[in-house]
Amino acid sequence: MAGKTEIDIRHIAELARLELSGEQLERLRRDLEKIVQYIAELGELDVSGVEPTAHAAPLFNVWREDQAGGSFPREAMLANAPALVEEHLIRVPQVLPGEGSN
Amino acid sequence: MTQKTVKPGSIRALAAGLKAGEFTALELAENCLDRIAARDDDVRAFIKYDPEQLRKAARESDERRLAGRALSEYDGIPIGVKDNIAVAGESCSCASKLLEPVISPYDATVIARLKSAGLIPFGRLNMDEFAMGSSCENSAFRQTANPHDLGRVPGGSSGGSAACVAAEFLPATLGSDTGGSIRQPAAFCGVVGLKPTYGRVSRYGLVAFASSLDQIGPLTVDVPDAGILLDLISGADSRDSTCLPEPPTSTFQAALEGARSGSLRGVRIGLPREYFEGGLTPGVERVTRMAIERLKALGAVMVELSLPHTKYAVAVYYIVATAEASANLARFDGIRYGARVEGSDLVDTYFKTRGAGFGDEVKRRILLGTYVLSSGYYDAYYLRAQKVRTLIRRDFETAFGQCDFMLTPVTPNSAFKFHEKSDPLQMYLSDIFTIALNLSGHCGISVPAGRDDNGMPVGVQFMAPPLAEAGLLRTAAAFEAAGE
Repeated sequence: MAGKTEIDIRHIAELARLELSGEQLERLRRDLEKIVQYIAELGELDVSGVEPTAHAAPLFNVWREDQAGGSFPREAMLANAPALVEEHLIRVPQVLPGEGSN
Repeated sequence: MTQKTVKPGSIRALAAGLKAGEFTALELAENCLDRIAARDDDVRAFIKYDPEQLRKAARESDERRLAGRALSEYDGIPIGVKDNIAVAGESCSCASKLLEPVISPYDATVIARLKSAGLIPFGRLNMDEFAMGSSCENSAFRQTANPHDLGRVPGGSSGGSAACVAAEFLPATLGSDTGGSIRQPAAFCGVVGLKPTYGRVSRYGLVAFASSLDQIGPLTVDVPDAGILLDLISGADSRDSTCLPEPPTSTFQAALEGARSGSLRGVRIGLPREYFEGGLTPGVERVTRMAIERLKALGAVMVELSLPHTKYAVAVYYIVATAEASANLARFDGIRYGARVEGSDLVDTYFKTRGAGFGDEVKRRILLGTYVLSSGYYDAYYLRAQKVRTLIRRDFETAFGQCDFMLTPVTPNSAFKFHEKSDPLQMYLSDIFTIALNLSGHCGISVPAGRDDNGMPVGVQFMAPPLAEAGLLRTAAAFEAAGE
């Protein structure tokens, strides 16, 4: 992992669903390459046989009684939606390409 | 209007005053509001607050107390809230434009617990956007200033929470700590900041940044107050399955009985050498050395030891935390809540909403997290970081076999000036002394220990094994009291 890292910033931004201007792309690419160069120092450690830690305090099989409980009122949850249809459905932009429009 | 003056003080002092009838909760509230009105234009700790909401809650508290139905001895005491903790009916923007329009439909567990004891969660305190930063400069709305020097940062990400206590606006606040975000601003602002053991406090209602690292904790004027708040907010929660099955406690305050006049005879304090090797400013070094002398005078035994993987902690943290963040922040897409920017179709709406809604640092971390998780890099970065995380945790386990607690600096330097650290990597490296504790899941507390040559506060950090908060608080309280 030594040496200069080149990052395909356009591809990463695509994956992350971030719209970035050309100037932003260039600046963030430079930042990222610098940071990745730094974190690559982990490569010098021998980690063979070491188990990964995903969680500081792993708990397994946390059970509770299977009881029906209340939930949030629909109006309260929909109150934060950016756009509604018929006051009880979230309006979203067109999902599939085509001629139709909402 | 003539108004009774209520001096700012600890939660304990205010509770005693309320009990003795020296002042009412409403008079306490008015005094807090006056101090905020007089100085928050300069400090800018709050993103927003509603004075009428505090007055109304204070009146209700006074009615309860008058009727002999106070919910606890702390009924009527206001507690400030970081802008990433949900309070029903209030905004919860995480200092981000993307979440600016959102109103929380529910209370976080910590908020519900404070309310059930009569305390009044109040205001939305400034922070780095989505808790990503060490100076509050990444807030989309305003830059909080350090009350000790308005030209300097309060630290971050819980900078508003620390500045609020330091400016004596409120007696205590809640913050969150993913890599030092409670302890570092507490040190910069000269207040106490506690990061509990991972799983000690429910994360339900805390907007997730890095789920395996985040913990809510208190910022207070002194150590015993941190114990009081930890008693109130900790304990198992059926809504957070990572919350440890410890019973709700009322033990931390009890553990502190007598601690302030107690000795530390025979207590072994570890000094990890990697935390003292270079990089400290002279002021931080001097105050930390004085802290060691103070502990020795209390009878504690110093144990020099090693945390050999310390130098890798920053790299591990910025892989693990950004990977988790890139997944957690994927939900902010402008569909169900938040500020939507309409695009030509659904995917374009995601791109535009997130491109416009997130600030630079959040974008940087989402991109880094996406990169380390992306095909071809997962093993080299993310998996390897998780393995080194194991080595870091083992370092701590070995160290706590040789000592009871550890003492370290909180940061290599005291509060810096605005715009002084503009390079992201340099900013990340300043978290070196706080982040290992989040990776290992242990608990720690930042306690004011002195001032540097610029007159800025310097804190020291005590670290303890998992769930050893009672001993941690006792040790920190004895240290604090010996310095008064």
